[in-house]
Amino acid sequence: MVSLFGRFRGGYMKILVCISQVPDTSTKIVLKDDNTAINNQGTTYIVNPYDEWYALVCALELKESGTASDIHLITVGKADVEPVIRKALALGGDEAIRIDADSNDPFQTATYIAEYAKSVSYDLILCGKESIDYNNGAVGAMLAGLLDIDYIGFATDIQINGSSVIVKREIEGGEETDACSLPVVIACQKGVAEARIPNMRGIMAARTRPLKAVTPVAVDPVTEILAYELPPAKAGIKLIEADNMDELVALLHTEAKVL
Amino acid sequence: MSEIESIKAIKGGEFLIRETQADSVFIPEEWNEEQLMIAETCTNFLAQNVVPNLTRIDEQEEGLMPHLMEEAGALGLLSISIPEQYGGFGKDFKTSMLVTEKLGAGNSFSVAFSAHTGIGTLPILYYGNDAQKEKYIPKLASGEWKGAYCLTEPGAGSDANSGKARAKLSADGKYYLLTGQKMWITNAGFADVFTVFAKIDDDENLSAFIVEKDFEGLSLNTEEHKMGIKGSSTRQVFFNDCKVPVENLLSERQNGFKIAVNILNLGRIKLGGATIGASKEVITSAIRYANEREQFGRPISKYGAIRYKLAQQAIRTYASEAAIYRASQNMEEATEMYEASGLDPIKAKLKGTEQFAIEAAIIKVHASETLDYVVDEGVQIYGGMGYSAEAPMDRAYRDSRINRIFEGTNEINRMLTVDMMLKRALKGELDLMGPAQKVAGELMSVPDFGGADEEGLFIKEKKYIAGFKKAILMVAGAAVQKLMTQLGKEQEVLMYLADMLIELYVSESLQLRVEKLVGLKGEEAVKEKLDMMHVYINDAAVKIANAGREAINSFADGDERRMMLMGLKRFTKTEDINTTQARRNIAAKLIEANKYCY
Repeated sequence: MVSLFGRFRGGYMKILVCISQVPDTSTKIVLKDDNTAINNQGTTYIVNPYDEWYALVCALELKESGTASDIHLITVGKADVEPVIRKALALGGDEAIRIDADSNDPFQTATYIAEYAKSVSYDLILCGKESIDYNNGAVGAMLAGLLDIDYIGFATDIQINGSSVIVKREIEGGEETDACSLPVVIACQKGVAEARIPNMRGIMAARTRPLKAVTPVAVDPVTEILAYELPPAKAGIKLIEADNMDELVALLHTEAKVL
Repeated sequence: MSEIESIKAIKGGEFLIRETQADSVFIPEEWNEEQLMIAETCTNFLAQNVVPNLTRIDEQEEGLMPHLMEEAGALGLLSISIPEQYGGFGKDFKTSMLVTEKLGAGNSFSVAFSAHTGIGTLPILYYGNDAQKEKYIPKLASGEWKGAYCLTEPGAGSDANSGKARAKLSADGKYYLLTGQKMWITNAGFADVFTVFAKIDDDENLSAFIVEKDFEGLSLNTEEHKMGIKGSSTRQVFFNDCKVPVENLLSERQNGFKIAVNILNLGRIKLGGATIGASKEVITSAIRYANEREQFGRPISKYGAIRYKLAQQAIRTYASEAAIYRASQNMEEATEMYEASGLDPIKAKLKGTEQFAIEAAIIKVHASETLDYVVDEGVQIYGGMGYSAEAPMDRAYRDSRINRIFEGTNEINRMLTVDMMLKRALKGELDLMGPAQKVAGELMSVPDFGGADEEGLFIKEKKYIAGFKKAILMVAGAAVQKLMTQLGKEQEVLMYLADMLIELYVSESLQLRVEKLVGLKGEEAVKEKLDMMHVYINDAAVKIANAGREAINSFADGDERRMMLMGLKRFTKTEDINTTQARRNIAAKLIEANKYCY
């Protein structure tokens, strides 16, 4: 596919940051409807930390350093996700787009975002390495596939010079350095940027920054969630004296049966 | 009290003689999205910048506290309600209270923050002329400069006007030469600007001066060694013919005492907010520990003795919070009213705050004593670990204690509560005599047993609260009649009356909060809060009855005493309820949430 993103000139880079709403980490998850759905009554929501702390802040740094000109935030969700999007806007970003649909299928979500992204020609698309609710970690790669552009996951450092991109990423037991050109989708994790706290100016501006709802394209989900299961209740802990190795080995063998 | 016209309380102290409508009070459950975001920024700031550094802060590591203040300034937290023209955000009073509350969980940082944004900044903002405001406020708002306030002297604490600090005009008429010694000056070690109170020549009243740290003749003593808030800089400040340019006289000559009093009105309610923030944090620690600590094979949170404490900590905190935001809203409304009547915004703000000075004093006492209760039981819940300096209760316990002392001791504030109430009655601003006489008449008549069959969620509580008002009017009315001008000297009676007023105001605020909440969310969603209301009012009735009895016994005897004691019993009578079950319900939710969740 001919890149829709080839118009990049230094300083005018347009960045799209994918934002996902997730339950606050201290929320107690309660299931309903015969364990096929999550009861979200009384749940408080936050911006997915990987999206906020790393992807969004990385975008803000690129804008502050003069590398980028526009930052758009995008999310998929019904109107009730708007408070969380405004929380992200309080950190920064020029405008936000909400694809007006409910989805927890990564392909469907990626398709919604890709269709919108095609219409704007972003030079860089940033997302978190995964959302901390469903932990699929799939949207970023699917998005790149749908747009036919490069994808780099688990990024810990991003350097952009002109249209060349150098990304360090975490691999098993070490680190890898990749090079590619814009446009690209990068999934971010710790190291890419430092978490920020929204300041008063940002919080007050969040209300006035544009937030538009967009009708989704028609696409069916490819996965279906059949059931949820809560983790088993925490079993009792057995403390063994530090110098009693024999007992530890025996217990691992006879009780835990892992040896 | 149905015969009394039901109107929105817009005058301070009126809560004693009027019925307030639930829909007229502001409750914290109504914070809007932006305010909640601001609150979250405060919480995140503490979690990232303050909590990991509490030990370094307490060791007064060079430069750390000013650096934290600057970081708070960069987030905009030092200028929430400073007008935009001076670099602030021009937010309303409630929002600045919310910030104070959230940062109140920051131990010594909270003290430095409160001193800077309150007594360090507000005298100049409220009383400074344009040139003074333009020079100092933007720097204080951003945190580039830090503020302090020098009122107390070794020989002048509660009696602030008796200070020995003196100022005299220099021979060339360009400077005031300031001489004196100020003590317990918060933020002194790193402050750039001090508001200093001193009398000019032989004036009867104090004047106030803006003094920069580099002015010739200002010097600092070493840091005080304190029981708590060890990270807060507290020093003596010496002025030795300190050269203060004449243009740095704040407001008019001899206006200093008024400045001090008005700033303290704000400081008192703000202190209430800060202590509630600290209470919530301590309760969360206590719940987490109680859920983790196992004895006899079960977490100690499963035991009734611990559940009682957790519930009680939460009830008192929730009730105090209800009073704080009710009064904050009233101050805002009064300010708006004065502004609409043509006063300039700052004068309106001062008058609006002063209008609710009684409530501010009540809140200062109740909230600081709530925090002291919360930390005391916090230590107890932690057991042996509570006494260890390794656990958070040690710091919380020591840091709490100062709140009953500064911003006017709780004794001074109790006396002020009654004193202001009576003065307003004497001036004709508050009609206490009419209602008091009516209550006295009621004592002679057959008790009214009507209304017992009335149904409704809050009928009983409203009746109890109306009874509390009658009890206070009866005791206060009799005390004024009996003791006349001697009442001011009968401090014990003033303390009892203040305790009655405090319990009334907080009970009513809590009842109104829960009533409004039921209207917003329905009864089922807030059943633990109804439990809180039932328990609090039940306990308040006992406290009011006890304080009233002690007061009556101190100044009445014979038939009069008997009649008043009977009246008191009637006015403070409540139906018996199962408070044990109610507290268990309240605690269960805390334990389940594993944090303060009301």
